[in-house]
Amino acid sequence: MTTPSDTVAETDPDPRASPPAALSTTRPLYWSVRRELWESRSIYIAPLIAAAVVLFGFAISTVNLPHNRRALLALDPARQGAIVAIPYDFAAMAIILTGFIVAIFYCLGALHNERRDRGILFWKSLPVSDLTTVLSKAAIPLIVLPLAVFVTVIATQLVMLVMSAVVLAANGLSVGAPSTPPLLQMSLVLLYGLGVIALWYAPIYGWLMLVSGGARRTTFLWAFLPPLALCLVEKIAFDSTNFASLLAYRLGGFWEAFTVHPRGGVGHAHPPQVGLAQLDPVGFLSTPGLWAGLAVAAAFLAAAVWQRRRREPI
Amino acid sequence: MLCIEALGLRKTFGATVALDGVDLRIEEGRILGLIGPNGAGKSTALNAILGLTPYQGELKVLGRNPWRERDHLMRDVCFIADVAVLPRWMRVSQALDYVAGVHPRFDRAKAERFLGKTSIKRASKVRELSKGMVTQLHLALVMAIDAKLLVLDEPTLGLDLLYRKQFYDSLLNDYFDRRRTIIVTTHQVEEIQHILTDVMFIDRGRVVLSFSMEDFEARYVELMAGPEHVAEARALGPIHERQVFGRSLLLFDSVDRARLAVLGEARTPSIADLFVAVIGGQAAGAQGAAA
Repeated sequence: MTTPSDTVAETDPDPRASPPAALSTTRPLYWSVRRELWESRSIYIAPLIAAAVVLFGFAISTVNLPHNRRALLALDPARQGAIVAIPYDFAAMAIILTGFIVAIFYCLGALHNERRDRGILFWKSLPVSDLTTVLSKAAIPLIVLPLAVFVTVIATQLVMLVMSAVVLAANGLSVGAPSTPPLLQMSLVLLYGLGVIALWYAPIYGWLMLVSGGARRTTFLWAFLPPLALCLVEKIAFDSTNFASLLAYRLGGFWEAFTVHPRGGVGHAHPPQVGLAQLDPVGFLSTPGLWAGLAVAAAFLAAAVWQRRRREPI
Repeated sequence: MLCIEALGLRKTFGATVALDGVDLRIEEGRILGLIGPNGAGKSTALNAILGLTPYQGELKVLGRNPWRERDHLMRDVCFIADVAVLPRWMRVSQALDYVAGVHPRFDRAKAERFLGKTSIKRASKVRELSKGMVTQLHLALVMAIDAKLLVLDEPTLGLDLLYRKQFYDSLLNDYFDRRRTIIVTTHQVEEIQHILTDVMFIDRGRVVLSFSMEDFEARYVELMAGPEHVAEARALGPIHERQVFGRSLLLFDSVDRARLAVLGEARTPSIADLFVAVIGGQAAGAQGAAA
């Protein structure tokens, strides 16, 4: 395997002579992220499997495609585009959901596995700070997984497009607009949406990582039971549901943050279709819930760093 | 230059005192054996030196505070705990890539050369390697790092005799260069006696005895006394006495070797013998006092 480090090590006969400062601070971070990808291959394999499942189902559905397309062409042209886009949206959502589930399990193991397999003693014997380690792990659900999901979704949608084009052309039907989904626009919306989801769910990822670094075992229970217990105590003690509402807002509220304008043009029976015009980055960035969530996420991650300094193998 | 300096190092876990005011001064270029019974505080002391655990008291390693500056310190310090520390999912090539990526003093070519002498394949995962091979891999990584201090905590635990011998031979021949400092803990004292320059006995969180090997050879004499001389030998104040095959073995501290030689067979004891005399004697004394 060729890496940038090969050349560094071999052209440097006397490492003692080279100042340690030559190693930039981003290098340990970069290699730590790569290490996470080596360890948790589900980060890219799970979205690929989801894509394979989607494509398998879509391939079967192409049997009826010519028939459906003829029916579609009889409809109001304004609705055609939305209906054509449905399987593409569905593919995106299936892969996004897979990515979210992977993120949850990744976070729960992130600071737990290294303590369980005693590897933490090896990692700590290297000049990588606890901050770098925790940041590299936080980068997985916040940056790496969204990018993996994005690439997988785009590739899946392109394959779907080619598959349907082949089937349609073979049946003598038109391949082009208006019955081709606006993939470029959809990919921009997807990228924006993945960013919104990552930022909105950051406090959840932070909480899961904190639990991962603290719990000796059953990280899953430690992650999910205390918030439920808190809801229960509040309900019994004060007959109020403020904390439960807060959780519900955090879990479901990203959709409101995602698009402020009312959805339009799509029948309620179909998955929501969002166009570029409906995105409201300024509105999202001025949502207090976003910044409150990011502050909480930062606090959780800071606590996780503090905790990793002190934790020993379990 | 002092490599490690500790003053009143203390560490408690709840009511248990793991380190009870340890003072250390370890010079650069020494090979120190830290010897003690299980639970004596050896690993706690090493963890404090490595910045893995908070402590009370003063501690400087290579002039740095290990708890606050662990990541900086680890550029100059290497650490091998027992063999189970390398992550089992990792491939050999990934371990090389990662250490080369994060460690400014890692010489990859050197690690590759060392691995070339073993049967370890680059594509193997750590879980597929035998215990001895995992230790060889870790040693290859560590020996390719130009560090000033190497800490070994039971590095050969669970390895067979051949791997153990090879481990210490490699360490001495390919690594140690009289500028580096090595601290090693092990229960197999006899096997490393010849490589040590200094020894420290630690028991119940305290340094019980500390000496250089030159001192050791000059100070301690073990006498296998002839039956007719036992009473005379006992009068010279042995620090320990035991019976082997019906003969008395007496251990003397700072008694003239020539005087002892006339009473029987005098020789330099092993560190293990001295350990038993000092630590075992204390334990027996404590039990006697309690009875």
